[in-house]
Amino acid sequence: MDEILVIIEILAKGFLVNSRLFLLTLLFALPLGLVISFGSMSKVKSVSAVTKTIVWVVRGIPLLLLLLIIYFAPGLLWGISPWGTGNSGRFNAAVIAFVINYACYFSEIFRGGIQSIPIGQTEAGQVLGMTKGQIFFKITLLQVIKRIVPPMSNEIITLIKDTSLARLISVYEILMRAQEYAPRGLIWPLFSTGLFFLAFVGFLSLLFGWFERKLDYFKV
Amino acid sequence: MAILEAENISKSFGKAEVLKDVTFSLEQGHALAIIGSSGSGKTTLLRCLNFLERPDGGVIRVKGEVLFDTNDPSTQSEAQIRKKRLHFGLVFQSFNLFPQYTALQNITLASELLAKEQNKKDPGKDNKRIDLKEIKEKALVLLDQMGLADKAGLHPYQLSGGQQQRVAIARALALEPDILCFDEPTSALDPELTGEVLRVIRSLAEKKTTMTIVTHEMAFARDVADEVIFLDDGVIVERGKAVDVIENPQQERTRQFLSRFSQD
Repeated sequence: MDEILVIIEILAKGFLVNSRLFLLTLLFALPLGLVISFGSMSKVKSVSAVTKTIVWVVRGIPLLLLLLIIYFAPGLLWGISPWGTGNSGRFNAAVIAFVINYACYFSEIFRGGIQSIPIGQTEAGQVLGMTKGQIFFKITLLQVIKRIVPPMSNEIITLIKDTSLARLISVYEILMRAQEYAPRGLIWPLFSTGLFFLAFVGFLSLLFGWFERKLDYFKV
Repeated sequence: MAILEAENISKSFGKAEVLKDVTFSLEQGHALAIIGSSGSGKTTLLRCLNFLERPDGGVIRVKGEVLFDTNDPSTQSEAQIRKKRLHFGLVFQSFNLFPQYTALQNITLASELLAKEQNKKDPGKDNKRIDLKEIKEKALVLLDQMGLADKAGLHPYQLSGGQQQRVAIARALALEPDILCFDEPTSALDPELTGEVLRVIRSLAEKKTTMTIVTHEMAFARDVADEVIFLDDGVIVERGKAVDVIENPQQERTRQFLSRFSQD
């Protein structure tokens, strides 16, 4: 009985790593994704071409591979370790890889959302003498947010599950901890990790549902 | 003196010449109707006046001040154009209300943003600060004039097309433009709702609001407008007093166009 509790505590601590990776990825990938979406919509051909190529490459590479590239490439190619050393270095590398990967996916969702807003909204703002910034923040943004909640919730739910990939570069997250019990004949810790993810996704779903209802007061 | 003078306005999209040296003027307090078939350049002309399209050539003057001159690059910077747009108001065919704001907020939004900008620039003079309360009260008066006093707190999706268009008219009026432009204001409305919007525009004409109206409602143009311009293939074919042009057109092309309307 005591061992069960100890294992659950160890798993919970592992899931905290997943949660931190999840939150940090969101924190950086959401704004970066917005910037990338502006890049791919840029009227300057070279900017949009470069941005679209980056998005193609990042989305074209398995996240697993991207993780290994980000972690190992600087050392192998230039003999440097920009992410720091030890546990925190591996965790930082994981954050960087996840941010790059998810920012590219988010950027396409932002682009779709922004382009789905009728041009008439921007024009109405223009003839009322608003600046580009005012039009984006006061008119377009909230409409975009409302439209992208469903596809975003998909990506964000995928993100929390993807965080367990970080064990590939030995980030000591929940699945990695659970797997350590398998050689000792304990298989239940591995399967029970699913409950952590289930609970987390359940919470996320409630959050998205609440958010959608919050934005129910208008239609786009 | 004419409040609006447009000289030699030309505009092409790719190889298609949509406006060819269009010149016209508008007197203060007059209503000008622009008629013509689809693709004749009516809407493009209106959009050029509001700088939603940049003319390829021509001069636009309001109250004698040059707002836009293709030969003078200093009139073409984004910031300049933004300020100059305020001489014009534009009511769109598809209303383009902001869905996340109530009818009232749709009307006050731009004025509030301008007032905040003004107050930021000039923080010292408290007595001159533009009062947000005043903006709101003015908007409520406008809504009342549109017959929508009880709809102030509703969002666009809760309003009919005719009501949305009347809110859009109030929104354009709130900034007190010198010239109010309408781009086929009733084309997106069913006949039942057309009347209520036309009545509002008619009452604006009675109050001597300077207006330019692109419309397919010939009877309305005849009754409400002082002058009519018939635009065909990017050229002004005929212009004159509204009654004259519509009842007794001089040009063959105008007759052809109008005959299609007289049948119904």
